Amino acid sequence: MPGADTRRPRRAADPRTLLPNTPRDGNELDGLSTGLDALQSAQHKGGARLGKVLLTRVTPPVVAIALILTVWELVHLAGVKPDYVLPGPRAVWDALVEQWYLGTTLGVIGQSVSRGALGFLAAIAIGTPLGLLVWRVRPVRTAVGPILSGLQSLPSVAWVPAAVIWFGLTDTAIYAVVLLGAVPSVANGLVAGMDQVPPLFVRAGRSLGARGLRGVRHILLPAALPGYLAGLKQGWAFSWRSLMAAELIAGSPEMGYGLGQMLENGRVAQDMPLVLATILLILCVGISVELLVFAPLERYVLRTRGLLERAP
Amino acid sequence: MNRPVYDPPRTAESIATAGRPPGPRAAPAHAPAAPPALELRGVSKSFGRPRGDQLVLDDISLAVAPGEFVCLLGASGCGKSTLLALAAGIDEPSAGEVSAVGPRPALMFQEHALFPWLTAGKNIELALRLRGVPRRERRLEAERLLGLVRLSGAYGKRVHELSGGMRQRVALARALAQASQVLLMDEPFAALDAITRDLLHEELIRVWQEWNQPGTDARSLSVLFVTHNVREAVRLGGRVVLLTSRPGRIAREWRIDLTYPRRLEDEAVAEKSKEITEELRKEISRHARS
Repeated sequence: MPGADTRRPRRAADPRTLLPNTPRDGNELDGLSTGLDALQSAQHKGGARLGKVLLTRVTPPVVAIALILTVWELVHLAGVKPDYVLPGPRAVWDALVEQWYLGTTLGVIGQSVSRGALGFLAAIAIGTPLGLLVWRVRPVRTAVGPILSGLQSLPSVAWVPAAVIWFGLTDTAIYAVVLLGAVPSVANGLVAGMDQVPPLFVRAGRSLGARGLRGVRHILLPAALPGYLAGLKQGWAFSWRSLMAAELIAGSPEMGYGLGQMLENGRVAQDMPLVLATILLILCVGISVELLVFAPLERYVLRTRGLLERAP
Repeated sequence: MNRPVYDPPRTAESIATAGRPPGPRAAPAHAPAAPPALELRGVSKSFGRPRGDQLVLDDISLAVAPGEFVCLLGASGCGKSTLLALAAGIDEPSAGEVSAVGPRPALMFQEHALFPWLTAGKNIELALRLRGVPRRERRLEAERLLGLVRLSGAYGKRVHELSGGMRQRVALARALAQASQVLLMDEPFAALDAITRDLLHEELIRVWQEWNQPGTDARSLSVLFVTHNVREAVRLGGRVVLLTSRPGRIAREWRIDLTYPRRLEDEAVAEKSKEITEELRKEISRHARS
């Protein structure tokens, strides 16, 4: 038959088949196909230059911070409030430096961050199966779903007195508060992510033979990853907040000394520069985790899925 | 021969059903009485709970011979997609029987349905993995299938980096990776522009012919292609089956005895399309009266 037999079958190893391609002699369809592919494929520009990145992404926040510091300094200089109520930026900086020379600052931050991280990991370990259970088992969902959503809006500080009564002034009390704050977010994030999986993926997966547990593993979980990640991010934020609340209230000499306790010490000593310096440290930890852990992770997941159109 | 040789899965079932396929142009009617690759016997499907009072498909009987290319033609809402879901085994008929040889029929959708968290190659490898192909063989097989749809360089490409036509070809490769003997296609090119669609028609026929060429180890590949486009149906199908709407019934069928490759602008294709379109219109106006 003409046509079918004159076409040369394609070899996978043929280097000339790499895209984009020049038409191969004597093979019209090949040339047409690859030509169209080349026409229709997105042309990717090279990455943004460093100078441009600095200008567009680093400059604005720096300017904003400088502006805030200036206003702060001006208000301070105007003497609206006495020094011990509103110290200037320089006094806060001095307090930071002083803490640094005490040599304990890193330990204090480390204490809090390790508590937060450990609590957060435990929240993932508990929240993920819980989320799967809520998503999968209808009665559990009807029963537990609203409670989980409700817990998300309950400020976790509210758990501190209860935790202290249950567990005393111990690390256990702190972890209990962190878990109660973070687990609902993680579980809810997973449920939301699973709910938003396009039905087409489920059908495609089923037709490929991914049903039941295999469907969950190969289709649903990866498809739900963006939503899950958003839940994790929120879970971390809740962990960190709960931790600070718990440390602030539940401090004792036998327990490790974290940022929350440092804040409380500053309050007791009426040391406003120390209080503000500690707040800055807490803020810095939060921003660092966001910038170093979650932002790259999220960007990676979104970019590989083509959900991030603009270059970061 | 450098043609890709199909590696049949090693199941008892497949050994039993493995037969030499007829050439794609061999009229299935004259073929020795091989069992159909796909058969629907008196299949009905109703929706609506609890009574199931909305009849979508009514007593459909359809057999697709091994290596045959059948186009299922019908207006929107005639239950074409439902029929494919039944044939694919992802839905159960309310009455009647569906049977297919070999593994579960492969299904292709109007949307490419590629998983965006995997590369093009890994999408195909997932299908291979779910089929039970050992890990070390998957990469090579995926590359081979990509080569078959002329996308050898696309292994590491992300789905969003591919054009619509390329995505559908990867989807075709992924469907072929299932090693089914029946390929179900649900308006797979309807969302593409006319130029791309035209080329993909040609590519599909080429792949189908390559797969079905006699004298190879490859098992036959039958295609059931759903479309609402008469020309597309005539261009592709060895047989065109017209489905009526509400409920879906088989109204008529035509054998298209034109040699491949056909062109959309061929005189003969146009003529046959005209004939079928007239029938289709009659079918539609019948609904206006009732």
